[in-house]
Amino acid sequence: MTDTNLETFRTETRAWLAENCPPEMREPVRSDKDAVWGGRDQSMLTPAQKTWMDKMAAKGWTVPDWPKAYGGGGLSPAETKILREEMAAIRARNPLNSFGISMLGPALLKYGTEEQKLNHLTKIARGEIRWCQGYSEPNAGSDLAALATSAEDKGDHYLVNGQKVWTSYADKADWIFCLVRTDKTTKQGGISFVLFDMASEGVSTKPILLISGYSPFCETFMDNVKVPKENLVHEENKGWDVAKYLLGHEREMISGMGLASSGGNPLIDGAIATVGLDHDGRLADPLLRASIALFEVRSKAFGMMSERFIDELKAGRAHPAQPSMMKYYGTELNKSRYELMMAAGGSDALEWESEASSGGGTPRAWLRTKANSIEGGTSEVQLNIIAKRILELPSA
Amino acid sequence: MPLYLNDEQQMLRDTAKDFIAEHAPVSHLRKLRDENNADGLSRDLWKSFAEMGFTGMLMSEADGGLGLGHVEAGVLLEEIGRNLSPSPFLTTAVAAVEALKGTSHAARYFPGILSGDTIAALAIDETAKHRDAISLKAERSGNGFKLQGKKQFVTHGHIADLIIVAARTAGSADDAQGITLFALDKGAAGLTANAERLADSSLAARLDFDGLEVDADAVIGEIDAGADPLGRLLRAGRTGAAAESLGVGAGAMDMTVGYLKERKQFGVTIGSFQALQHRAAHLYSEMEVARAAVMKAAQLLDAGSRQADDAVSVAKAMTTLATTLSVQESVQMHGGIGMTDEYDIGFYMKRARVLAEMFGDASFHADKIARAAGY
Repeated sequence: MTDTNLETFRTETRAWLAENCPPEMREPVRSDKDAVWGGRDQSMLTPAQKTWMDKMAAKGWTVPDWPKAYGGGGLSPAETKILREEMAAIRARNPLNSFGISMLGPALLKYGTEEQKLNHLTKIARGEIRWCQGYSEPNAGSDLAALATSAEDKGDHYLVNGQKVWTSYADKADWIFCLVRTDKTTKQGGISFVLFDMASEGVSTKPILLISGYSPFCETFMDNVKVPKENLVHEENKGWDVAKYLLGHEREMISGMGLASSGGNPLIDGAIATVGLDHDGRLADPLLRASIALFEVRSKAFGMMSERFIDELKAGRAHPAQPSMMKYYGTELNKSRYELMMAAGGSDALEWESEASSGGGTPRAWLRTKANSIEGGTSEVQLNIIAKRILELPSA
Repeated sequence: MPLYLNDEQQMLRDTAKDFIAEHAPVSHLRKLRDENNADGLSRDLWKSFAEMGFTGMLMSEADGGLGLGHVEAGVLLEEIGRNLSPSPFLTTAVAAVEALKGTSHAARYFPGILSGDTIAALAIDETAKHRDAISLKAERSGNGFKLQGKKQFVTHGHIADLIIVAARTAGSADDAQGITLFALDKGAAGLTANAERLADSSLAARLDFDGLEVDADAVIGEIDAGADPLGRLLRAGRTGAAAESLGVGAGAMDMTVGYLKERKQFGVTIGSFQALQHRAAHLYSEMEVARAAVMKAAQLLDAGSRQADDAVSVAKAMTTLATTLSVQESVQMHGGIGMTDEYDIGFYMKRARVLAEMFGDASFHADKIARAAGY
C-alpha cells in the first residue's frame, strides 16, 4: 500500500474512531472489573462497553490483523499500527480483552483446521465466547511437559481425566484450550492440544484465594469429560508444538504489562499527591524522585522496545525466542513499577478496603504483579531460553 | 515508520561494519595508545572516512553530502563504538554539521569536513559534570566579541581546525536564552589548549579563553539566539553518543558471549553454567531495550518530531545504563584475563565510562525527563 493510501486510511480511521468510540471508553481502565472480557454472559457489561465492543467487532477491529473470513479486519501491519496509534491518540480502551485473541487465536490460525477456524475464531472476534487456558498442573509448573492429565482414545472422542491449576478465570470462561497426555511412554511427544466446552459434564472449577484477596485463578478438575475428536488441534501427540507457539504469544501479552498505561501516569501522579512538589517544581522527596526518574528511563525505553518488537514480529524479522526477552523484561519492570507505587503512596497505599483507596486497588494490584514473573514461564525459565536459543550458549 | 533498519540502512550497516573492522579495529586504538600518539587519532583514517562519503553523511546532497539522517549516522557510530575507533566523526560530521546546517558558516566549513581535512571540537562543558548552563563570557568589543572563561572535556580540542564555542552574551548561566555560538579557527590568539589524556587514552582539552578576540562574523546564527543551533548540536551529539555507547556495550557483550563458549573450567565450557547464562541473558535484554531507544530517538530526530527531546534523553540514559552493565559483566565473566592490559575487554570498560559522561550521564537525562514530565 502506498503512503498516500496509508494517509487516507489514517484520516478515515481517525474520523471513524471520533464518531464511534463512546466518551466513557476513552477513560483509563480503573480496575480489573472495568475491563471487557466478552463471553456468553454479557449481563455485567455497561451500555458503552457493549456498544464499543460490538462496533469494533463489526469492523473486524477487535482483531484487526486477522483475515476477514474469521472475523478479523484483514489489515496490513502498517494499517494495524496506524489503527493502534489513532486509538492511543484518543486514549481509546481496548474494546475486548481475551485469551482467545492473544493466545488461542494465533495458534488456531497456524494449526487449526478450516472448520475450527471458522467456528472458533469468529466467536472470539465478536467476544461471544470467553476462553481459558489449561496448562499448569500441581506437578507440572516450570516443567510443563511433565503434565499428567490423561486423554484416553474412545473412538470418536477422548475421555479426559485429571487436574489443572492456575487456570485464569476458569470459573468465568466458556471454553478451555487444554494440554492433555495421549501417550505416557514419551514426555513432550505424548502431549495433545484439545478444546472443550467448560459446560461439559465432569468439568468443575474451584477459585484459589490469592495474597491479593482476589481469586483470578482456579483449580480445574476433569472427571470423565468427553471431548469429541474434532476438537483436537494439530495432530495427536503434537500438542507440544502448539503449546510452545501459543506460549510465545502469551509471553508477548504478559510483557505488555510492563508498559505504562495510556492515560496519565499513576506512579508520578501518586507521588506528587503524597509528597508534593518543591518550589522548583520537583518532587519534594529527592531520593524517591531519582528512583522514579531512573525507573521511567527503563519504562519509556521498554515502550520503544515493544514498538520495535511488534514491528519486527509483523515483518517476520524477530528472533523466535524474542518473546522470552519481552516477557522477562516487561514483568520485572512491572514489579518494579508497583514497588515504587507503594513507596510513593506511603501509608495511604496500605489501605485495603477504604473508599479513598478504591477498595485497596493499588495494594492488591501490587501483590498481583508478583505472579507476573512466575506465570507463563518464570523469569528464570525465560533467561534459560534466551541463553540457549538466542545467545546459543551450551547446555549443561 | 517501522522501528528497524530498512534495506538501504542495512546495506550501509554492512558497509560500515566491514570498513571499520578493516581500517580501525581495536588494534588501531591500541597502537595509537602504545605510541602515545599526540593527536589521539589518525588523520589518514579521517581522510578515508571522507573517501567513503561518511563525513558528509548529514549534509544535504546540494551541499555535496549524502543527505542521510541520524539513523544512518547511528549505524556508523555503533560500528565505531564496537571497534573503539578513535574518530572525530561524532563531534565533526554529526554535532558540528548539525549546528552549522542552514547558517552562513555551512559554506565555509562544510567543504573541509567533506574532504576530511577539517576536524571539529565542541567547547560546551565548563564543569566536570555536563550541565545545561553556560557562563563563559562573550562581551562586545569593537566589531566583534571578547571571550573570557574556561571549557573542559573538549574532545580533539588540541588539534581541532574548527572549535564551536557556546558563550554567554546575555542573562545568567542557567538561562536558556542569551547564549551565542561561535565558530573559531585553529590557532586563535588568546586561546590556550591543554590536552589531557583520559582513562580510555583519548585526548580531551581544557581550553582557557583569555580575552580572545573574534569578529562578529564568527557568530553561528544570531547573537543571543544560540539556544537554537546549540539545541541541534546537543540533540545530535547525545543521540550519536548513545549510538556509539550502544556499539561499545554490544561489542563487549559479543566478545564475552564468545568467551563463554570457549573457556573451559571443571572440564566443561563455562557458558554451560546457569549462573553465567542468566547474567548473559539479562545483559542481552538490557542491550536490546537500549537498541530500541537509540533507533527511536534517531527516527524522531530525522522526522523533526516534538517528542524527540524526551526520546533523546531516554536513549542516552538507557544506553549508559545498559553499556555500563555490559562492560562490568564482561570483565567479571572474563575473570582474571579481563583485568589484563593485553586483553581488549578493558578498553571497552574505559571507553564506556567516557561516553557515559559525554553530553550528560544517566542521572542528568533522567532529571531532564522528570522535569519535562512535571515532577
